[in-house]
Amino acid sequence: MLPFSFEWVWDMGHIVFHGGLWYALNIIGLGMTWCIGKAIYDTIKGKGAHDHH
Amino acid sequence: MDAALIPKGVKRCPMWQFLLALGVVGAVLAWGVYAMLLCWIKGLNQTNMNDYYGFALWIWADLAVIAVGGGAFFTGFLRYVIGKNELKNIINYAVLIGFICYSSALLILAIDVGQPLRNWFIFWHANIHSMLTEVAFCLSCYFGVLCIEYIPLILENRQIDKVPFFHNLSHNLHETMALFAATGAFLSFFHQGSLGGVAGVMFGRPFAFREHILVWPYTFFLFTWSAAAYGPCFTLLVTWITEKITRKKLVKDNVIELLAKISGWMILSYIIVKGIDTSYWANITAKSMGLSLHDFYGRNWFYGYWMLFTELVICGVVPAVILITSHGRKTAWLRVTAITLGVVGVCLNRWVMVLQIMATPVMTFDKFVLYYPSWQEVATTILPVAYGIILILISYRYLPIFPQEAELNPIDTNEPVSRETAIDADAGTDSTDTAADMAPA
Repeated sequence: MLPFSFEWVWDMGHIVFHGGLWYALNIIGLGMTWCIGKAIYDTIKGKGAHDHH
Repeated sequence: MDAALIPKGVKRCPMWQFLLALGVVGAVLAWGVYAMLLCWIKGLNQTNMNDYYGFALWIWADLAVIAVGGGAFFTGFLRYVIGKNELKNIINYAVLIGFICYSSALLILAIDVGQPLRNWFIFWHANIHSMLTEVAFCLSCYFGVLCIEYIPLILENRQIDKVPFFHNLSHNLHETMALFAATGAFLSFFHQGSLGGVAGVMFGRPFAFREHILVWPYTFFLFTWSAAAYGPCFTLLVTWITEKITRKKLVKDNVIELLAKISGWMILSYIIVKGIDTSYWANITAKSMGLSLHDFYGRNWFYGYWMLFTELVICGVVPAVILITSHGRKTAWLRVTAITLGVVGVCLNRWVMVLQIMATPVMTFDKFVLYYPSWQEVATTILPVAYGIILILISYRYLPIFPQEAELNPIDTNEPVSRETAIDADAGTDSTDTAADMAPA
């Protein structure tokens, strides 16, 4: 049992199945974190204040 | 009234027309919501599903919108991973259509499960031997990706873009979009495939069962392939409809023709493989179970040979031949005919793989059982269509969906500027800028 999967068992099926899910979730999460973090950094640096499309 | 929100260099219809359209479609939406509430409050007895039809109109609609929504992942894959830069002029609309299709699929599922408050069970109590669990995982994640792809469009609204943080976020999302597009293609490959896999693994239903490659039945690959092939047809069809309604050219012909050509070759390759699969299934797989093609197609007028012919030839070979020939895809009426047939074809394929499977008898004493959806099922299936039209109406009015629109439809400098024409409204008022100032550079 893991906090995010109540019926977790350490077998190949669970590792592959959930591994794929967490792989995708990690990419999405890290990608968004990077984009938001960089946007905050850029905004603090004053970028984007005058170069509107 | 809302001129400050409309993208620069383009014209939109008067506000009253926009509100009237929203009102008409909103009435249909309200009808669907009423039926949805009936299903949630009173239960699935509001449907005509029964012991024969555990999967019915909703699941067909689910599979169909996911298939036609495949245009988003495949166009994104072509644009960001393969590098077909011309498609940048239609990718926004493909993403919007994909977003509508996938959110619709999730909405239909939320009605179908009957108890949406327990949606989280599928993640908490995941059955790792179920194709549908994989579908749920990938569908949820891919919807997240589509949201991420749609957000920059919203952030590009003239007023939102003025906020530096949103401007920077939009810019960063564009910069990293290839990563999200590749993830979306990965997720789509598996959930489109698993939807086909659901049918292919049913060894108790010879109409559906297919041989396997490792754990994946052939239908797994055919579903992914067909979504990539026919999805762009739906994108092109909705673009064409939008152009007709707005009476504007929104995307240049070279972009349309490129996507049509790729779709045509994908359909042709799919139809060849589908034909081989059907032939193998009819002559070897079904025969090994003591059945022939006649048992599936020769015993009921509705599910007759005509359906197989329509799916494979009229809605498969014909659009493929039209779209792969230069003359075919350059001739507007032929191209529109082909993409319409393509959309009908993939929807028909999903109908066969959901409803005909249920209709076909599996016991010697059984008969073909037909199913007629209740009005509640019809209303809740039309609901996502109304929702999609509303989202398109709003997005088209306020977001820069079509990058080539301003270039293709320059504003007439002799025409008086209407209140709905996009103007530089930094001051928040209708300025007296001339139309020439608004024309694209």
